Amino acid sequence: MNNLAVNNAVRFIGLLFLQVLILNYLNIFGHINPMVYIVWVFLYPVRKTRSLFLILSFLLGISIDFFSDSGGINAFAITFIAYFRLPILMAVLKKSDLDYGQFNLKTLSANKTILFISILTVIHHFIVFSLEYFSFSEFLNIISNTVLTSIFTIMISFLGITLFAKKK
Amino acid sequence: MRQIIYFIKKFRYFLLFIVLEILAFIVIVQDHSYHQSKFVNSANAITGGVYNKVNSVSAFFHLKKDNQLLSEENVRLKNLLEARANKFVLDSFTVIDTSQYFQKYDYSTAKIINNNFTKRNNFLTINKGAKHGLAPDLGVINSKGIIGVIKNVSSNYASVLSILNTNSKINVRLKNSNHFGTLVWDGKDYNITQIIDIPRQAVVKTGDTIITGGKSAIFPEGIAVGVVKDFNYEQNKYQIINIVLFNDMSAIGEVQIVKNLHKNEQIILEQSVVNE
Repeated sequence: MNNLAVNNAVRFIGLLFLQVLILNYLNIFGHINPMVYIVWVFLYPVRKTRSLFLILSFLLGISIDFFSDSGGINAFAITFIAYFRLPILMAVLKKSDLDYGQFNLKTLSANKTILFISILTVIHHFIVFSLEYFSFSEFLNIISNTVLTSIFTIMISFLGITLFAKKK
Repeated sequence: MRQIIYFIKKFRYFLLFIVLEILAFIVIVQDHSYHQSKFVNSANAITGGVYNKVNSVSAFFHLKKDNQLLSEENVRLKNLLEARANKFVLDSFTVIDTSQYFQKYDYSTAKIINNNFTKRNNFLTINKGAKHGLAPDLGVINSKGIIGVIKNVSSNYASVLSILNTNSKINVRLKNSNHFGTLVWDGKDYNITQIIDIPRQAVVKTGDTIITGGKSAIFPEGIAVGVVKDFNYEQNKYQIINIVLFNDMSAIGEVQIVKNLHKNEQIILEQSVVNE
């Protein structure tokens, strides 16, 4: 348990600084900055009590907002996907019940992991860009930004998760 | 009563979710209204400190370019000085009457420690704050043109509303005629901004220089902005005028803060006219 808390604390701070110091300045093709900090939501252990997870996700989002002057956009989006993580995971696995203690994202097959990551990423990015542009007339910009940024976020998150997986 | 407690217990996870989302939404709405100073910004000790540390390393790699910019500006200012000296050199004696001089603008330097230009709403962070005399609504420029307006200050840092932002509306005019317009940004290319509200009598040509108008109480008149790239004249008015900025907004380091010492006077006067 203690080990787990340390693990999560390191991941929280690591992802925060990775995002605000490096990824926010990548500017792939001039304007694409992948938002890999949502890996936090993918990797946080699935537990029966989820309130702490929700609060921590909110805190990570608002910390990103502090650094990037974006109001509460990231906090809103990450809290949203944190809340819907479990239902989406159930839907991907086609199960109605989970063995909470044992579940681990790394034990999933690659296909299901990518599907799970992609759904959450696209939802998150769509919320972020909708709130950033905040107008219907820019709908095409919102969609194109969502799709392009999602591709890079999914690629980097998936590679990161597989590369840093502990071997058993 | 018991049922209420039961209800809260049953849905506490959902309620927590709703509370957090509402909290985030309040911050977003506050952020979108220009006149409210916002709570979530990068001008605080923690984020400012982190950006400052990182910048102290990365600034080292720009030294050469910064030096070049400085010497270019020096040349420009020296030329101005020479032009001035010629005008007065014929006087056999000079009397300096200090009551005829007044200082309207006060300049101070600062350094950008965090620069954004790819988002729809961009903010910059600079390494000077209230301690150094900065306050909201001061102009930020560099040797090539305007950069933005200070929005929030903490004791050591300030966040700047970049001209690449939906909320940025800056009064500009054509250099060769006195027609005013407003500088806005459509969010597409960080080197190209737009001018709206230019009267239809104005004669705009590709390549015309655009400078700040001085109608606002923030920027002095005549600071360079950019040149006209192309424009669209339809239905008897200018639909869109694209401006190429002199500044490369992706690579700005040293900046100057402009403080208008007559700002209060001007605003009070303008308000008293409105109130009548």
